[in-house]
Amino acid sequence: MAPPLQFPCPISPDDSGVVLLGHGGGGLLSQRLLEQLILPALGSAGGVLLDAATLPAEAGELAFSTDGHVVRPLEFPGGDIGSLAVIGTVNDLAMVGATPLALSLGLILEEGLPLDTLSRVLRSAAAAAGRCGVSIVTGDTKVVERGKADGLFMTTAGMGRIPPGVAIGPAAIRPGDAILVSGDLGRHGVAILAAREELGFSTSLESDLAPLHGSVQALLAAGLEIHALRDLTRGGLASALHELCRDAGLGALVQEPLVPVHGSVAAACDLLGLDSLTMASEGRFVLMLPAAQAQEALKLLSREQPSAALIGRIGGEAVLLETSLGVLRPLELGRGELLPRIC
Amino acid sequence: MSASDTHSSCASERVHHLLDALHAEISRSWTLMEVCGGQTHAIMRHGLDQLIPPQLELIHGPGCPVCVTAAETIDRALQLAALQDVILCSYGDMLRVPGTGPAHLLQARAAGADVRLVTAPLDALTLARAHPERQVVFFAVGFETTAPATALLAHQAWSSGTQNLSLLVAHVRVPPAMEAILAAPGCRVQGFLAAGHVCAVMGREEYEPIAAGQRLPIVITGFEPVDLLEGMLRAVRQLERGEGRVEDAYPRARAGEGNAAARALIERVFCCSNRRWRGLGVLPASGLSLRPPYDALDAERRFPPAARPVPAGNGNSDQGCISGQVLQGLARPDACPRFGRGCSPERPLGAPMVSAEGACAAYWRYRQRA
Repeated sequence: MAPPLQFPCPISPDDSGVVLLGHGGGGLLSQRLLEQLILPALGSAGGVLLDAATLPAEAGELAFSTDGHVVRPLEFPGGDIGSLAVIGTVNDLAMVGATPLALSLGLILEEGLPLDTLSRVLRSAAAAAGRCGVSIVTGDTKVVERGKADGLFMTTAGMGRIPPGVAIGPAAIRPGDAILVSGDLGRHGVAILAAREELGFSTSLESDLAPLHGSVQALLAAGLEIHALRDLTRGGLASALHELCRDAGLGALVQEPLVPVHGSVAAACDLLGLDSLTMASEGRFVLMLPAAQAQEALKLLSREQPSAALIGRIGGEAVLLETSLGVLRPLELGRGELLPRIC
Repeated sequence: MSASDTHSSCASERVHHLLDALHAEISRSWTLMEVCGGQTHAIMRHGLDQLIPPQLELIHGPGCPVCVTAAETIDRALQLAALQDVILCSYGDMLRVPGTGPAHLLQARAAGADVRLVTAPLDALTLARAHPERQVVFFAVGFETTAPATALLAHQAWSSGTQNLSLLVAHVRVPPAMEAILAAPGCRVQGFLAAGHVCAVMGREEYEPIAAGQRLPIVITGFEPVDLLEGMLRAVRQLERGEGRVEDAYPRARAGEGNAAARALIERVFCCSNRRWRGLGVLPASGLSLRPPYDALDAERRFPPAARPVPAGNGNSDQGCISGQVLQGLARPDACPRFGRGCSPERPLGAPMVSAEGACAAYWRYRQRA
C-alpha cells in the first residue's frame, strides 16, 4: 500500500532558530512567535498586548512621545536596542517632567534574525521597563525580507503623567539661568563606536544608558523651579544647547573646563577627530534653572552621578564656549556624519 | 574629570608664561606661517591668535592634504568609482571634496558607486581579501605622515601577490610647497612653524637647505597650545636676533631625527614626482609616486583613463571662491567674499572649507560669525 500523501507545511516549523517571513504573516507562526517568545520574554512588563490598550483617564496633563531605534550593533556594552528603546522613550517623557504610564513596542524584524537575539533584547526591554516602573501595553510585529532591515528595528511610544503645576520648556528659560549637566558626556557614543569594531579601537567604557525620570522627579520634589531639560542624545550637549537657546531666543556661555568628560571619552574623541561636546549620551541631561537654586540642584544630581556639574549660564545672544585660556568661541554643532545609527 | 584635567592647570600656567615671554620679547611686526592644517585648527580652537601680541601675524599654510589634492585627481577617483566591480576607498574627508565639477565621492556613492570610508590604508587590503571578485582602489592622500602607512599597504599587497588591489596615489611632500610659497610674488612669510608630525617621520634634514638658503627660521612645532606658543617664541627670538635656522621645539616627538624605518619604507616604495596641487599648480618633485616594482599597483596603469578628457580648471574660480590664495597664505579665509555667504562646511565651494583641517573650516568653527 502506498504511503499516505504528505503535504508538509511550506512554512517550516519554527525550529530554525531565526526569524522567517512567515513570522510576520499574521498566521500560526506569528501567533507562536508572540505566545512562545515575545510575551514570555516581556514577562510582567508586557500584559495581554492588545492592538489598542486602554488607560485610566485622569485629570491634568499627559505627555506623549515616540522614538524609533535603529542602533548598530543591536547589543553594545552597557545596553542593547531593547533597553535603549524603553529608556529612550521614558527619558523623552521625563524631559517634560512626566513619569511614564505606559509604553507601546513596535518590532520590525529582518528575516534571518536569530530568535535568541530577539529573545535577549526583549528580555532586556522588559527589565528596563521594570526598572522604570512602566508597562508595555500594546505592540506590533512585522517581518521584512532579508537585506531590507538591519536585524531589528524597534519603535516605542510612551505616555506619561505630568505633575500639576509643572511647565518645563524653552519658553521658561530666563537670562541668568544656571546650566547644569547631570553627568559626564559622551560615553554612549564612544561605547557604540568601539563596539562597531571597524574603527579598530577598544575601550572598557560602557554606554551611560539610564532612565532619567527619577532624577527629574527628585529635583521637582525638592521644589526646584526647573525651566528646561533636554536629554543629551544625538548631537550631544552642543545640539541640546543650540536647540533650547534657539527656541528661547537667548544665548549661553559654557565654561569648557567645567564640562565633565571622562578621560577615555576625551582620548577617543581626540584620536578620532570628534568633539566630546557633540557626542551622544543616553543617560544624561542638561538642566536650566534659576542660578540661586543651582547648588541645591547640583547636590541632588551628584547623588545619582558624582560627575554632575554646573557648566555655565544663560545670557547673551550666541551659544559660546569659554576655553581654559579664557578665549570665547562659538559652540559648534556636530556634523552628524561619522556617527549614524547610534540609537 | 577631563583627560587633560590632571595637567591642565600646569599647562595653562606654561601657556601664560610663554605668552608673557612672547609679549616681552617681540619688538616689531613679524609674520609666521604655520604649515599644517592641524596647527591652524589648534590655534583657532584655543584662540591663540587672540592671545599673542598683535605684532605677530600668523598666516595659514597649505598643510591640509585633502585641501591641496588636485581637483583633477578627484575627478579621476570619481571615474574609477563609477567603474563596475570597483570598490573605491579613502579617508572620510576626501569623500566630501568636489572635483572640477560639483560632484564628490559621497554623491557618487548615493548614485550607486561602491565608495567606502577607511581609517587606515591596510583596511584596503582587508577589503580586497574579503572581495576577491572585486577591484579595490585605495585613494591615497596625505603628506609624509601618512605615506609610510600607504607604503606598507603597497608593500604587503605586492609581496602577497594581491591581484585585486591598486592605489590612486596623491601623496605630497611638504618642502617643495614651502619653497613654492617663498618663491611666490607677494610672499610675506618670514618664518615657518614646521609640522611636528611630518618631521617625526622625515626629520629636520630636508629643511636645513631652505632655512640656510633663505636665512629664515624654521621651527619644528607640535600641536598643543604650549607646543605652538613655544614654536612661535623660538621663531620670534630667531627673527629678533637676525638668525635663520632649523630649530626643534618638539623634542618629545623626536621630530629632529625623524623615523628612519618609516623613511626607508617610503624610499623603498615611492619616488619623487611632479604633482599638481590645488591652488598652487604643478610643483616639481612635490609628489610621491609608486616606483617599480610597486608601480604594478598603480590604479592609473590598471585602469587606463577613459578617452573622455578631464575638464580643466579648479571648479570654483567662477564663484568668487579664493581658496587658491588661502592655500598659499596670501589671503585669510574671512577675507573671501564667499566666506559665510554661500560657502560653509555644509555647502563648501573650496576644499579648505570641506576638510576638517582646512583653514576656512577652522575659521568657520572657531570664529564668531556676524
